[in-house]
Parts: sequence; C-alpha cells; structure tokens
Amino acid sequence: MATLHTRSAARLMIAPSVLLLLAWMIVPLALTIYFSLLRYNLLMPGMEEFAGLSNYTYFLTDPAFFQAVFNTLAIVLGVLFITVVGGIGLALLLDQPMFGQGIVRILVIAPFLIMPTVAALVWKNMFMNPVNGLFAWLAKLVGLQPFDFLANAPLFSIILIVAWQWLPFATLILLTALQSLDEEQKEAAQMDGAGALSRFIYLVLPHLSRAITVVILIQTIFLLSVFAEILVTTNGGPGTQSTNLTFLVYAQALLQFDVGGASAGGIIAVILANIVAFFLMRMIGKTLEA
Amino acid sequence: MGSITLKNVSKVFGAHAVIPSIDLDINDGEFVVFVGPSGCGKSTLLRLIAGLEDVSDGAIVIDGKNATELPPAKRGLSMVFQSYALYPHMSVRANIAFPLKMAGEDKAVIDKKVEDAARVLNLTDYLDRKPRQLSGGQRQRVAIGRAIVRQPEAFLFDEPLSNLDAALRVNMRLEISQLHQQLKTTMIYVTHDQVEAMTMADKIVVLNRGRIEQVGSPLELYHRPDNLFVAGFIGSPKMNFISGGPAASHQAHTIGVRPEHLVLSKDHGTWQGTVGVAEHLGSDTFLHVRADDIGTLTARVSGDFPVTHGDRVFLTPDPQRLHKFDEKGLAIR
Repeated sequence: MATLHTRSAARLMIAPSVLLLLAWMIVPLALTIYFSLLRYNLLMPGMEEFAGLSNYTYFLTDPAFFQAVFNTLAIVLGVLFITVVGGIGLALLLDQPMFGQGIVRILVIAPFLIMPTVAALVWKNMFMNPVNGLFAWLAKLVGLQPFDFLANAPLFSIILIVAWQWLPFATLILLTALQSLDEEQKEAAQMDGAGALSRFIYLVLPHLSRAITVVILIQTIFLLSVFAEILVTTNGGPGTQSTNLTFLVYAQALLQFDVGGASAGGIIAVILANIVAFFLMRMIGKTLEA
Repeated sequence: MGSITLKNVSKVFGAHAVIPSIDLDINDGEFVVFVGPSGCGKSTLLRLIAGLEDVSDGAIVIDGKNATELPPAKRGLSMVFQSYALYPHMSVRANIAFPLKMAGEDKAVIDKKVEDAARVLNLTDYLDRKPRQLSGGQRQRVAIGRAIVRQPEAFLFDEPLSNLDAALRVNMRLEISQLHQQLKTTMIYVTHDQVEAMTMADKIVVLNRGRIEQVGSPLELYHRPDNLFVAGFIGSPKMNFISGGPAASHQAHTIGVRPEHLVLSKDHGTWQGTVGVAEHLGSDTFLHVRADDIGTLTARVSGDFPVTHGDRVFLTPDPQRLHKFDEKGLAIR
C-alpha cells in the first residue's frame, strides 16, 4: 500500500465487506432498540403502540433484574476463579513427564467437546440427582443425607457445571503457555537458589500472565451469556435464584410473550456487557501490550 | 576455595554413554576451558558439575566437599547460559538481585551488591530497563552480573559468546578475561571455538566423544599435542597431516606440520607442488598447495610473497617443529 492510488483502491475493495458487516450489526441493533420502545406483546398481535421508555422502567424496577445481574456476575466470577486456578494446577500436572501423556491430555480436553445441554443433563441426572445421582450415592455411602444440589444450591450447581466445561479450555491455553517457558530460565533460577514455590511465583506466574489474560477475556465473553445449562437444569429457579440476564430476557420474551420488555432487557444487557468489558480491559488489558 | 575435582565421573543417557569416565582436577582461581567439536559432551560435563544433570557414576568434589548429591543451588557455583536466560519480566536490577533475594539477604545489602556489580560491568545506566530493551552484549553482561553477585566458588560459562556478532565477541572475550583477573575466581568455560580457548584459558581440556584427549596450557597443546585429534583441533588453519613415504622417512606413521612451520621457496626444497588457491589476508597469505604424491598442504607465508594460482613452489618443513605420530595416532616423542 505504498502509493495514494493503491491505498484508495484498497479502500474501495474492502468497502463491500465493511458495509455488509456494518449492516449485519446495525439492523438487528436498530430493530431491538425500536422494539424496546414499543408496547409489543405476542398475545396481542397488531396492537403495538409507542410506549416510550416504560419498558426500560419496568425491566429495571423488576426485582428479578437485580437478582439476574448478581447471578450473571456470580457465574462469570465463580467460573473464572475455578477455571483459572484449576487450569493452572492441571497444566502444571500435565506438564510433568509421565506415562501415557498424549492420551491423558486428550481425555482432559474431552469435556470441552461435549454440548452444553448434554453436559448439563448428565450432571443433573447422573451426578446431582438426590435419588439416583453419584453424589447422593457417595453421601449415603458414608451415612450422610443426600444433598439436593439443584434445589438447595442452584447457582453454585450451575457454576460447577459451567466451570467443568470451561476447565479444559483454560488448561489447554495455560499448558501451551507453560511449555513455551524457556528451559534455561528454569535452570538459571534453580542455580540462583529458587525452590519450586519461588520458581512458580517469580518465573512461571509472570510467564503465564498473558495466557491468563487471554483465558479471562475469552471466557468472560461466553460466560456473560450462559443459557443452555440453566434452561435444562433449573429453568432459572427455584424462583429466580439461578436466573441470569440472558435467561431473564428469554423468560420475558418467550414465557411472558413480552417482546418489548425483552428488547429493553437485551439493550440493558448489551450496555452492562460493555461496562464489564471496559473495566476488564482497563484492569488486565495492559498485559496484552508489547 | 574454588577447587573442583572430578573422580571417575560418567554420564549415560539410556544405552548411550555420553561421558564414559572422566578424571579431572581444577585448581582454585584457574580459568579452565572445555573445548571440543559439537556433541563431544563438553556441555554435559559442565551441567554435571553445575548439578543440572545427575551423574551416572563417580564423584564431584567442590572445595574439598563431596557435592555429587547436592542440588545446584547448594554447590556454590553460578552459571552463565548460552541464551543468557534472563528473567524477561524483571528489570536488570531485579535480575541481578534475584539470587540474593532467594538467599534471603537484607534489602540494603542487596542494593549495595547490585550497584557494585553494575559498576564493574558498566550497567549502572541500564538498571531499570527490561532485558528486551538491551543489546546482546548488555544482556550478556547482565547474565554475568547475576552470576557474580553471589560470590560463588566458581563460575560456569556455557558457550556464552556464541549468540554475539564477531566484533562484540572479541570485546566480551577481553572483558571476561579482565573479570577473571579482577575476581581471581575459578572459571570453567565451555566453547567449540578454539580461538576463544587459546586466548582465554590457563588450562585447556580438549574433549572428544566424551573423553579427555589432553589437558594443558594453550601453548603446551600447540607445541606438544598428545595425539592426532588435539594436533588437528588446536591451531588455525589446521595442521597438515602426511602419511606414507615422507612419514616413513621420519620413522613415523603420520607426520604433522603446521602451516606456519612450512618454508616456501621458488627454487629449492623438500617437496614440490602447484599453488591452488591463495587466500590473501593482508598480513599473511594462506596457500593451498597441491604437493606431488602427498596431497593438499596449507602453508602460511608473509603477505607479500609473490605467487599466484598455478605457480610451482617448493615446501620445506621445519624439522624442529615436526610432529610425529604412530599408527594409533599417538605422538612419538
């Protein structure tokens, strides 16, 4: 792109794809904003009328909304904590030379390849079920009362299921980062008198900081919109104890048929996600530079 | 202080004996260079001394204490790696301070020692930079700084200059030699470059296939090589080896003559040949002469010796500096 001519030609060439992408984004966003300003209920077709910001007022004053915001953040932070800490631990273990390394690594990745609905159903019916589940059987084995996870600790159960699904992803990213740590640096630290713990703190963790940032950023994007796991296990309940923003919008639109309210919720969710992204980049985006 | 003794040390990887068995004495304050071709086991030997590899058999005695089973940090040695192995996320100051911090030294003591080391190595202005902001030579000096703050019994250098360009290498060679004069600490230096070995060493250990071929001062190795390998490895350009008729007349299987010990003449001499390639260096000229019935010989003549490609010349070896070897390749003295 050396000359003025080639530069303007290049702009002309990429214009169609840029315009297409722009339309792709603008049209749904504009429609959602438009719907959010209407009184639009599927049970009353043809009765749409302009409603101003009342949809937003209803959505924001709904007690379920604050519960949902809290639950969304709890799921994101809880899963991030488990996957980053667990991922570092697993990566450190898998980095050790051992028999059958290749097969073990493939097995570790396996949960990531299972569909969220399937994984959640397996957890619900085979592990957490208070009658037939594995955990109930284990509890009975030592003479304890089986614990009904999904009824008594619904949010924690969902965090556990989602964390189980994302742990392989974190492990994989962190393991590759770990393997790129220079062997001579480790040996130098060894000669400098650093024990295993010091080597971890002063050498391994700083080396992993970039990979940890990548894990946090990518996972946050997906964890803000966890849905399938909630739908097939708790259905947002009991009450709204395990409802996150995504599920609240779904409930508004397809259980209460209130498209206007759901659209307002969707716009609010977009704004909240942007706020989270802003703070996230401020906090940890620096490690991605240079 | 920093004497190191290897007793019958061997290292086996699987079925392959990298180092069959080595005995070696390194005296306190000596600058010892391990030199040999790639894969001769010189780096492995250094790593055995450092404790980064376990010995398969034998004992390593450092400063009179048996260190065979000691972990690397407890041996009182410090090492400069080929890749420098600086900690990339730490400043130069933190890099140099790291061994002291690990040893649990006082903050004030650490600061003072780091400043001292930085002054010796001309790094004072760079203390707050990260390694990636430094040039190759400066990184090298940081690595050396990290090694000297611990005041070790001995320094280990693993091909430290191989990542530097030629001019810088000559410079750093000098700096390391000066550092040795200043500190008077034992240094073990691994290289495949015989020029580095010759210029820096008090004592050279020539290794080949995990065995010590000869130990001695640079000039000892140059003047009195024990065998064909050492004779061929030390000296540049390589020593000429001649076997057959001319060797038999000296009661030897092979004779060796260094290029600088061949006298050239246009009209008389022992062997006759045709000049192939002449490499003019200015001060000297290296002539590759195809000698009749002998093969190609390299000769060093002064830069203004008037010959060109295709000339007929006569070569005469200096009889005082002729090296004789028997059929096993060992020197006859």
